[in-house]
Amino acid sequence: MVPQAPHSSKDTDVIWFHNARLIDPEQSTERLGSLLVENGVITELDSPCPEGADAVDCGGKCLAPGIVDIGVQVGEPGAQHKESLRTAGLAAAKGGVTTIVMRPDTTPAIDTPEVLEYVTRRAEARTPVHIRAMATLTRAREGREMSEIGFLLDAGAVAFTDGDKVLHNTKVLARCMSYAKGLGALIIGHPQDGGLSDGACATSGKFASLRGLPAVSPMAERMGFDRDMGLVEMTGVRYHADQITSARTLPALERAKANGLKVTAGISIHHLTLNELDVGDYRTFFKFTPPLRSETDRGAMVRAVADGLIDIICSMHTPQDEESKRLPFEEAASGAVGLETLLPAAMRLYHSEGLDLPQIWRALSFNPAKLLGLDSGRLSVGAPADLVLFDPDAPFVLDRFALRSKSKNTPFDGARMEGRVLATYVAGNCVYEYKD
Amino acid sequence: MAFKQNHLLGIEPLHPTEITTILDLAEEYVALNRSSEKHGTTLAGMTQINMFFEASTRTQASFELAGKRLGADVMNMAMAQSSLKKGETLIDTALTLNAMHPDLLVVRHGRSGAVNLLAEKVNCAVLNAGDGKHEHPTQALLDALTIRRKKGRLHRLSIAICGDIAHSRVARSNLILLGKMENRVRLVGPPTLMPRDVEEFGVEVFDDMREGLEGADVVMMLRLQRERMDGGFVPSEREYFHRYGLDAEKLAYAKEDAIVMHPGPMNRGVEIDGAIADDINRSVIQEQVEMGVAVRMAAMDLLARNLRRARERQRLREAAHG
Repeated sequence: MVPQAPHSSKDTDVIWFHNARLIDPEQSTERLGSLLVENGVITELDSPCPEGADAVDCGGKCLAPGIVDIGVQVGEPGAQHKESLRTAGLAAAKGGVTTIVMRPDTTPAIDTPEVLEYVTRRAEARTPVHIRAMATLTRAREGREMSEIGFLLDAGAVAFTDGDKVLHNTKVLARCMSYAKGLGALIIGHPQDGGLSDGACATSGKFASLRGLPAVSPMAERMGFDRDMGLVEMTGVRYHADQITSARTLPALERAKANGLKVTAGISIHHLTLNELDVGDYRTFFKFTPPLRSETDRGAMVRAVADGLIDIICSMHTPQDEESKRLPFEEAASGAVGLETLLPAAMRLYHSEGLDLPQIWRALSFNPAKLLGLDSGRLSVGAPADLVLFDPDAPFVLDRFALRSKSKNTPFDGARMEGRVLATYVAGNCVYEYKD
Repeated sequence: MAFKQNHLLGIEPLHPTEITTILDLAEEYVALNRSSEKHGTTLAGMTQINMFFEASTRTQASFELAGKRLGADVMNMAMAQSSLKKGETLIDTALTLNAMHPDLLVVRHGRSGAVNLLAEKVNCAVLNAGDGKHEHPTQALLDALTIRRKKGRLHRLSIAICGDIAHSRVARSNLILLGKMENRVRLVGPPTLMPRDVEEFGVEVFDDMREGLEGADVVMMLRLQRERMDGGFVPSEREYFHRYGLDAEKLAYAKEDAIVMHPGPMNRGVEIDGAIADDINRSVIQEQVEMGVAVRMAAMDLLARNLRRARERQRLREAAHG
């Protein structure tokens, strides 16, 4: 059952949001105004309140398009003890994420239209936010035979990816890309040289040397990216790099874009707000794939987001249970939950790194929606009323056990954060409301 | 109070005065160990468990002897072939042992940081007997004691650590300790066996033995840890010995009175010429083993004192709250 918020607008289909700081990533503007929603669609800006409309006073807080989060891992099917479609949906609603774009690394993997339909159908009945699924590029993510890209596209797959499993065989990848190009499908790659990164769990450098952890040079990312760019140039496919995390890769990304390749790049919020030193005394909640980078790299990534060279910020939501994290660092599972912390963590870019809110929302909402061909991510007339109302300045200390996600593996436990979601709307329905 | 640690997990958390405190106390135990009455009672009534997840002969024997000479009840657990094989996690093993109320836990594990993880979950003093490629603090302390006794000081010495630095926890603990005590540390080895950005620790890096040994007071050789290698770090044993093995010709570049050290076990003819290892005028390898027992006695003694003090405080707190 879809959880209904207390003041759901089911009885009235017209909502008038007023006294709102409107964050418009499309126009790159931020101003006080009002917004009218009818039947789940934005119909007018700065209009007077129509009669019979449900008026919502935003109290001068920010109203922005809901976040479109590319690359969310949901444990369903296969690992519901880590995260189910229901808990992921609840977490997303609390985090201001109105569209979850799900990774296909489930068990079984989403590599046939049947699994995709199963997931989509279950998601519809269980989650208050939109869920779109990606499908695998190769069967069972094994890197050998391509998935049924055509059928999967018809069934609603928004992109094709083997997740963080690098496809080593360039011939297979080239064929997948050619085939995908023919169908206009989007491929999401994980740029990494498999040879260099094999067995590594840290970024090579002073810190990894001191801790005695097997490490990989950030050059492995550049090499993986360069290889993928060669194949993209060869095939002409649309390509998105899931996470670009190293300064060394940026010139190659800039070149690829300048050469007219259909390339975009993303980064997880963790690589924008944390660095390798946060691992400290082998804290496994700070273990990521790729591993956290140096502060120099982190700074370069923040600037790349500000410049628009990196297009998309995502949470890379990866739920892990306590057992898989309470292990020696090398053996521990990788990744962190992020749906609920994406927005407050992104506010660090606003408060401490000089990015403005429309800039941040381009990367959180407008760009990912555009990349996947969704009509959300905008505050314009005709766009769906997927909205987040938030206070960018509200301070709080994060308690991981207060998270709605089933797994509590967040690196921000006990962290002082600013930025709170006050309400989340999906197609005009309130799916989350903050209460003291 | 010059020693404030509750565990000995590495050299990194230690203050230079804490290092000196351990070494000074160890000197007393050297004297005790050389007497015919080798029994102390410092650890009487205490239980020491040696948990070695990685096979070890000399370190385990050294810790066992150290504990017994101080009067502890010592138990050895060869973890390499026990419960972990049955699927039990490290944490569960730790909790199981913790329930037996040990006072000192000596742990060796193949993963960097595993001993730190374990120390969080138990309420006794934990000594790191080597974790992955991270630290091996008692080895560095025994090396320091050996150097101090041979050279009369532990500062402003030129010390060359040679060989497989990348895979060596001994090298890490040593370069941190020697750096803290304000020595000039040089690392010598092929680039494939050198950790990344190690220069940033304030050491000099050489890939030529002769340059690296030039004027050194101490030459510390490391075992070429073949069992740790994925394969292919050096072309062959013989080429390695030719370029990096310590022989009389290369040693001649060091100071005339330079001492030669090796943490053992040695690969004669791989990293060190047998004749050098046996040269009683240069090699202090046997003395290192002797210092090992003394340093471990000192470390366990100091940790036990802190443990007793902490427990006494706890008891008083509980008594006060009725």
